[in-house]
Amino acid sequence: MKIVQSVNALFLKEFIFSFFLALRYFFSPKKTINYPFEKGHLSPRFRGEHALLRYPNGEERCIACKLCEAVCPAQAITIEAGPRCDDGTRRTLRYDIDMVKCIYCGFCQEACPVDAIVEGPNFEFAVETREELYYNKEKLLSNGDKWGDAISRNIALDSSYR
Amino acid sequence: MPRLIIDGQEIEVPKGITVLQACEMLGAEIPRFCFHERLSIAGNCRMCLVEQVGLSKLQPSCALSVDDLRPGNDGSPVKIRTNSRKVREARQGVMQFLLINHPLDCPICDQGGECDLQDQAMAYGVEKSRFHENKRAVEDRDIGPLVKTIMTRCIHCTRCIRFMTEVAGVAELGAIGRGEDMEIVTYLEQGMTSELQGNVIDLCPVGALTSRPYAFKARPWELSRTESIDVMDAVGSNIRVDTRGREVMRVLPRLNEGVNEEWISDKTRFSWDGLRLQRLDRPYIRKDGKLFSASWQDAFAAIACCAERTFANRIGAIAGDMASAEEMFAFKDLMVRLGVKSIDCRQDGTSLHPDLGRSTYLFNPTIEGIRHADSLLLIGTNPRLEASILNTRIRKRFLEGGFPIAVAGGVPDSSADLTYDYKYLGSNASLLEDIASGSHEFCCVLEASSHPMIMVGQGALRRPDGRALLVLAAQIAQRFGALSASWNGFSVLHTAASRVAGLDLGLVPYEGGHDVPSMVNAARKGALDLLFLLSADELDMSSLGAAFVVYIGSHGDAGASRADVILPGAAYTEKSGIYVNTEGRVQLAHRAIFPPGEAREDWSILRALSTVLGQTLPYDCLESLQEAMYASAPHLSEFDQIRSESARQVEALAALPVSELDSAPLGSAISDFYLSNPIARASAVMADLSFREKSRREAAGQSDA
Repeated sequence: MKIVQSVNALFLKEFIFSFFLALRYFFSPKKTINYPFEKGHLSPRFRGEHALLRYPNGEERCIACKLCEAVCPAQAITIEAGPRCDDGTRRTLRYDIDMVKCIYCGFCQEACPVDAIVEGPNFEFAVETREELYYNKEKLLSNGDKWGDAISRNIALDSSYR
Repeated sequence: MPRLIIDGQEIEVPKGITVLQACEMLGAEIPRFCFHERLSIAGNCRMCLVEQVGLSKLQPSCALSVDDLRPGNDGSPVKIRTNSRKVREARQGVMQFLLINHPLDCPICDQGGECDLQDQAMAYGVEKSRFHENKRAVEDRDIGPLVKTIMTRCIHCTRCIRFMTEVAGVAELGAIGRGEDMEIVTYLEQGMTSELQGNVIDLCPVGALTSRPYAFKARPWELSRTESIDVMDAVGSNIRVDTRGREVMRVLPRLNEGVNEEWISDKTRFSWDGLRLQRLDRPYIRKDGKLFSASWQDAFAAIACCAERTFANRIGAIAGDMASAEEMFAFKDLMVRLGVKSIDCRQDGTSLHPDLGRSTYLFNPTIEGIRHADSLLLIGTNPRLEASILNTRIRKRFLEGGFPIAVAGGVPDSSADLTYDYKYLGSNASLLEDIASGSHEFCCVLEASSHPMIMVGQGALRRPDGRALLVLAAQIAQRFGALSASWNGFSVLHTAASRVAGLDLGLVPYEGGHDVPSMVNAARKGALDLLFLLSADELDMSSLGAAFVVYIGSHGDAGASRADVILPGAAYTEKSGIYVNTEGRVQLAHRAIFPPGEAREDWSILRALSTVLGQTLPYDCLESLQEAMYASAPHLSEFDQIRSESARQVEALAALPVSELDSAPLGSAISDFYLSNPIARASAVMADLSFREKSRREAAGQSDA
């Protein structure tokens, strides 16, 4: 044993082996990405920032059934409903989500009978103040307008598994 | 008594009930849509099918009387199965038929979460639809500002039609068409006018008839429920106040067989929006003719300043119509400590007095006891306006037959619809003298009856000759045998929820004090300098002269606009309290929400005021106040009970002399059903209803009497 050890030591075997290991990793493809200029893969089921969707004719989908409010385990959703002034249909007068409370479980989008509230692929909504994370209906609808295409693509991709 | 074997268990049931009720007695659950205990049997929803062993076809249990079941040849009881495979399959089939035309719009339906169809579809339905054809759609009807219709949802159970025809007594709803084309309509496209129409919302097992003021406002699962007592009239209907956060979202009836069964009037049900409007949420002080908001300390200081330089005999105290017993007790206690003698709870000037005995101001036969009466004389009252729920009991008794009704005043003429037939005797008070002396033609009817009922209303008693009319009513009751040991038919119908408790607690003038009319008179002449109003709004505020008026109450109504200092109090949903209804039934109402802003419960305002006035009341919490009150009026601690009173008191009343009668016609105490108290006057819904009622009357060409 002593002879083998002496030969390894004499010819710097471990030193050379580790050098080649380093070289192999140096030339192999990188595992890290250059965020925010590069982005990783997201599943179509990813549950990120919420959005309220509209129908293609621009009509908001939400009908104020309050099922999302009822199912929300973190009680992050607050809804006030009533007849809309112009046509008397059932609409939300107020739709608030406290994004600080939200645990992104996705129950709201599962409960929604009209696919109005959805969790989109956006996860980059860090803000500087807590107040900005209290989303109101206007913000959620504008999220829907902004992310609508990506969300409908995701829904289409996932639909075959439902 | 018939015997049955239901699901293997033998049971003996009373005669005349249905198989459905017999099954329920055993605890077997029978689904149903059209059956309702208080309505006639329709048997058209077919959900309650049960199997009668030996018969090949299933039987609708709601329409099958236990009397009609024929026992087996050996005399063995009939066997009923409520949960056999055949029954379960039939229920599934019926449910599929019902759902053929029922839209799947539960998410936007207000009935969602408390819907019979939803619940029963979960329990008895199949999970997938097999129906691929077109569904029926029905146009919605505008049937008024209270009931919203979504007629596509209707499953034709006809509960609403039966309620309006049988209980409310106005056939305003009906069905046209047959089968799938059947529609519930108001004939000739007019709105509903009944004062009980809100009950069809509760009766509708689906979301076809829903509440319009409550439309889309809240879901049943987010509401907290509080048991309370209605104060809109003196019936004391049992209600459930549904609240969300700090707001009352709706008012629903509670079951009480003795009082309101399970109905409430529209004023009770829909005046909740008045609880948010016109509220006094901070104290006010009047300076140079204008009201300015102030702190509690300043408001109390202003009162103390005035009270210090006023002799007790120049102070008056009036308790209003919606005060609870506790605050009236504290009110009286404080005034007595101040040496005030002019205390009164009879805002309308009614001539009832506790010294005459408790049974002279109670509805002695009790509301439930109306069914025992066999003739009725109404004096100066329109029970349909003054106590709509009590009126349904009179109608119920009337429908049983053998119940002649005569009306003396209260309604302008014989064309008024009280929902039952009656003989209009006239509106001149002198006809009561004729009846009392036995010379009137109606006397033979009263004489022939064994349980006559004499109902006298505030329309008669609040007149200047009210005492004489009260005595005449007592004389009539005595003459025709309404005051026997087993039956006391002398009944006073109150219109104010607080009145009986006020009289029980003795809120009447002490020796040398003024009653309400003379207090107002004295204030106008300058003989009264300080007037305390405990939510009293029905006075003639313009004739209070230069008196310093302190108003304790919840709404900015007549009292608040005249007041010099306003102390904001709590409305009936915002305080726990005891109310005594017209029959003397003591009932406890629980607090549902907190008063708005700086407003406080009225008794605590009085407690705080007493310290400022140097006469501290010896109770710091509601419980100790109640203890003190029970000590002075022990019967107030007996909840949901009526202490029966001796008819001797009425006999003693009948022996009093009758003074000269007024020649003015006998009217009703309530001219506008929808605007009879500050909460209703603040309500937009009630204002709308009142306006519609008025336009209807004008359109009908009647005078606005």
